[in-house]
Amino acid sequence: MRLTCPLCGDRDRREFYYAGTEDTLSRPGPEAAPEAWDDMLYLRTNPAGVTRDLWYHEAGCGLWLVVTRNTVTHEVLATEGVADRKGAPK
Amino acid sequence: MRELFAKTALQGQKPLTQAGVTLSEEVLGAITSVACFPGKRDLVAAQLGGFPTPNRREGNLLWTGPEQAFLLGAAPDLTGLAATTDQTGGWAALRLVGAVDPVLARLFPIDPRTLTEGACLRTPLGHMNAVLTRDGQGVLILVFRSMARTAWDEIAHVMAMLQAREGIAG
Repeated sequence: MRLTCPLCGDRDRREFYYAGTEDTLSRPGPEAAPEAWDDMLYLRTNPAGVTRDLWYHEAGCGLWLVVTRNTVTHEVLATEGVADRKGAPK
Repeated sequence: MRELFAKTALQGQKPLTQAGVTLSEEVLGAITSVACFPGKRDLVAAQLGGFPTPNRREGNLLWTGPEQAFLLGAAPDLTGLAATTDQTGGWAALRLVGAVDPVLARLFPIDPRTLTEGACLRTPLGHMNAVLTRDGQGVLILVFRSMARTAWDEIAHVMAMLQAREGIAG
């Protein structure tokens, strides 16, 4: 498996650390109900198909990535820097 | 206090030549990590006479991450522009000269052909985080100082294996 780092290009999977679902990037607001926190922290979907998750370029440049991939075909569809997303805090 | 001796990471290690490659320790002197504060990259570049783009080396600046580089040699005052940390003595440098690509191909998960002159990549040597760069002389590998002997051993082992293959082919 290879992932394309926005800075370093096509790199081997062993350079990356898997950090779980992309859901953890969006926290509920301060007034959110406990259910929203429960959902964010514990409830995971396990899709057969396209999924988005976080990877850390640990042995490379240190960038955090959002990787879109297909769990059925093992196809990596897209990678994006977490800091490069629209509306990401600068 | 008595005068203390500064020792290099691989003090006393003689260069090793096998399979057309020479491995030796390189003593770099002062290393400063320069991490630009947000939006200050151009001002840092003005102070340092340039700043490397990703995966490149620029003069005595080695790219080590987003908006971050290792400065070899004396560092100017970058207060307010960048976070600077003294890395001198924290890293060991190994020099590979000669037919290095077969050695790199066995150790690093990258295509050695992408490591052109002036390139500077972050990529692991085994499980050791490393900085890998190629200049006019050959290839320079930076690893944590505590890993210097392990890195030497890994590289020397690969050189011995390549040498053995040459013996069979010849």
